Amino acid sequence: MVPRFWRKIKYRYDVVGSYCEKCGSYYYPKRELCPRCRRKGRLRDEKFPDEGTILSYTVVNGRIIAMIELNNGARTLAEVCAEKAEIGMRVRKAFRRYGEDGDAGIIYYGTKFVPIC
Amino acid sequence: MRVAVIGVGCTEFGELWEKSFRSIFLEAGIEALMDCGIEGKEIGAIYVGNMSGGKFIDQEHIAALIADHAGLAEFGIPAVRVENADASGGSAFRQAFMAVASGMHDIVIAAGVEKVTDSVDPMGVLSTSVDQEWERFVGANLPALYAIIARRHMHEFGTTEEDLARVAVKNHKNAVHNPKAQFRREIRVEDVLSSEVVADPLRVLDCAPLSDGASAVILANEEIARKLCDTPVFVEACTQASDYLALQCRKDLLTMKAVVKASKEAYRIAKLEPKQIDVAEVHDSFTIAEILAYEDLGFAKKGEGAKLIREGETEIGGKIPVNPSGGLKACGHAVGATGIRQIVELVLQLRGEAGKRQVDAEKALALNVGGTGATAVVTILSR
Amino acid sequence: MIGIVSYGTYIPKFRIKVEEIARIWGEDPVAIKSGLGVAEKSVPDIDEDTATMAVEAGREALMRAKIPAEKIGAVFVGSESHPYAVKPTATIVGEALGIGNYYYCADLEFACKAATAGMQICYALVKSGMIEYGMSIGSDTAQSKPGDALEYTAGAGASAIIIGKDPIAEIEATVSYTSDTPDFWRRELQPYPSHGGRFTGAPAYFRHVTSAAKRLMELLGYSEKDFDYAVFHQPNAKFPQRVAGMLGFKEEKIVDGMIVRAIGNTYSAASLLGLCGILDVAKPDQRILLVSFGSGAGSDAFAIRVTDKILDYPRNVRVWDKVKNCVYLDYALYLKHRRMIK
Repeated sequence: MVPRFWRKIKYRYDVVGSYCEKCGSYYYPKRELCPRCRRKGRLRDEKFPDEGTILSYTVVNGRIIAMIELNNGARTLAEVCAEKAEIGMRVRKAFRRYGEDGDAGIIYYGTKFVPIC
Repeated sequence: MRVAVIGVGCTEFGELWEKSFRSIFLEAGIEALMDCGIEGKEIGAIYVGNMSGGKFIDQEHIAALIADHAGLAEFGIPAVRVENADASGGSAFRQAFMAVASGMHDIVIAAGVEKVTDSVDPMGVLSTSVDQEWERFVGANLPALYAIIARRHMHEFGTTEEDLARVAVKNHKNAVHNPKAQFRREIRVEDVLSSEVVADPLRVLDCAPLSDGASAVILANEEIARKLCDTPVFVEACTQASDYLALQCRKDLLTMKAVVKASKEAYRIAKLEPKQIDVAEVHDSFTIAEILAYEDLGFAKKGEGAKLIREGETEIGGKIPVNPSGGLKACGHAVGATGIRQIVELVLQLRGEAGKRQVDAEKALALNVGGTGATAVVTILSR
Repeated sequence: MIGIVSYGTYIPKFRIKVEEIARIWGEDPVAIKSGLGVAEKSVPDIDEDTATMAVEAGREALMRAKIPAEKIGAVFVGSESHPYAVKPTATIVGEALGIGNYYYCADLEFACKAATAGMQICYALVKSGMIEYGMSIGSDTAQSKPGDALEYTAGAGASAIIIGKDPIAEIEATVSYTSDTPDFWRRELQPYPSHGGRFTGAPAYFRHVTSAAKRLMELLGYSEKDFDYAVFHQPNAKFPQRVAGMLGFKEEKIVDGMIVRAIGNTYSAASLLGLCGILDVAKPDQRILLVSFGSGAGSDAFAIRVTDKILDYPRNVRVWDKVKNCVYLDYALYLKHRRMIK
């Protein structure tokens, strides 16, 4: 799992997605091919907005997992660090641990979201 | 070339502790062969729906194993496993259908099999159907993603937890009369609403169980079908469509585009309207999935799926009975076997052999969905 | 002119009160609170650690300075709770901040003074022309053995300082006073630190802090009167108060930097969080004395003069504001947050 995690570090540690210079679409997670423009598309990595709105959420295994629409319209699924979530709640990115590979393996860091007070 | 289903077989679904992977597919296959009175060696090819032999029982090369233990390796009959998460069975059926429709083979078998109870974490395995890097990584399993859909549906359309519960209640009621079903007992709305929360707002009784089970159907071209069988059931259409794997990539969380696309195409090929369907088996892996199916298959307008269940229209005796077998919820969800099990049920319904759960039906539709809807297979059958 | 061009801080929102810890061990909370001058401490969330807090503090520092991330030429993270024993925290921070790949980088460890050592390294790198900007971060989820006296104060927090030219606060001079004094340590593979009890006082904290401060003032020809503020390492509220008195500083010169009172001892972040508390309110031409202390032992002293640039620098969210809006934990949840029960 180490190389698989390492390959995506740039896109997990910050909300870096793809922007198509041809059609102006934002994609998260990063794509290799623009679904609209296909081979004519020109995708580049772009840092996405830090803030967004909760479209929906669930609480599973004691964690809030939410579908978040970022301010540029792209969507990301992420954990929300809060006691409670609500549809429409405004949130901002936060750097957190998502897990670890046992006691001896690597730590999986990534982007979560916290309510904007 | 018209294609017909001439034989069906299915094991009981459930926790089959005494039975192995090898014994259940044999049981279903032999039942299907006996049903149409063929020996087995007439079969041109074997298509097996199986989601995760590798993860559930640490066994790949499933198709060859099946050919071997069915005694069909003796005749060198080609076998292939089809994997599309929990749409594996439906997808195997479609491959089998195409093999006969194209004239490549005269008689084929489409089977589905899954042995889940040998694994310690079946839901973990089933959740490999979602995007591991961007959904599973952040802590979302399959129930969590359906819960996210459910909450948004409730928010936008006013669907309630009671509406979701009613789906489970109806399917449990139907399963009482299905001898192959895992849960042959009725439940009440209160039971669902007081069951443990799995992924808020979905509760244990909103979720289909994970079951052991196998199912098999024999397909043949029309000429052979009429020779071998008094009650052939014809495949009017069998379509499949794809959608983005991860929920976050879809523009509309509340529409399974693959279901819309596959069903529209199926209706067009079968020259039917949704309202002409007499009975349906749909993929209620979670109660919300059945509500979405009503809408995406055109039984209800978008946002009005809950109305159908509230008004009893999808019960046996209603306008469009859905899941007379008990569905995934109460008949059981043997993952890769489910898509074939749905066909078995509809064939029994169309033949008039469904006993106390019989629906008066000429046209039937099956919907088999993979994961959160990235794969959808729609089959329309007629007698 | 070289100095602090930006700063950022992070304090987790959870707290545990001295009363709650004392309840578990049957001790007298009133006596403990008056002895330490600390009433509660910050606790990280279950998914927070030294690296996550360092990133948050670093992000705030970068954002406020409006410096492109690629211009940071060095990242040092000082901590005694690095998430890995082998594998740097600073690379995690550099990656999350988007600094690129061409930067000087290391984790530093010198008990509670590693981050001020990092500031000295950044200062030297900027002065030599090797880098344009350098970031030093102090971040700790302070470890303490359940039942140990340290448990009442071992908090969590992070502070990031960016060093460069054209600063909001000039570093006029810095000196260090270092000796081999084992007042507090943690042996390899041991989960919690050990300490020398009262030995941590006079021969360790007080000797090193006062020696470094006096040497700095001698070098610059300054006395206590030349400083508008002073901030000292703050393992509790009593030590910095007493050392301030020893050096002739009145209470009002240290009060803005006494973050320890609200969140406990944040180890590598402690003296810098105090400094940030002062920078939040300081005016141009005011002078700050910063003296850190790291067990083992050493003190880094800095004379810092606030410049006119601070007037245009965004200081809307202050450290003392971040201390508010906290959520209190009971002892069981505290153990869960600290991953002592799983």
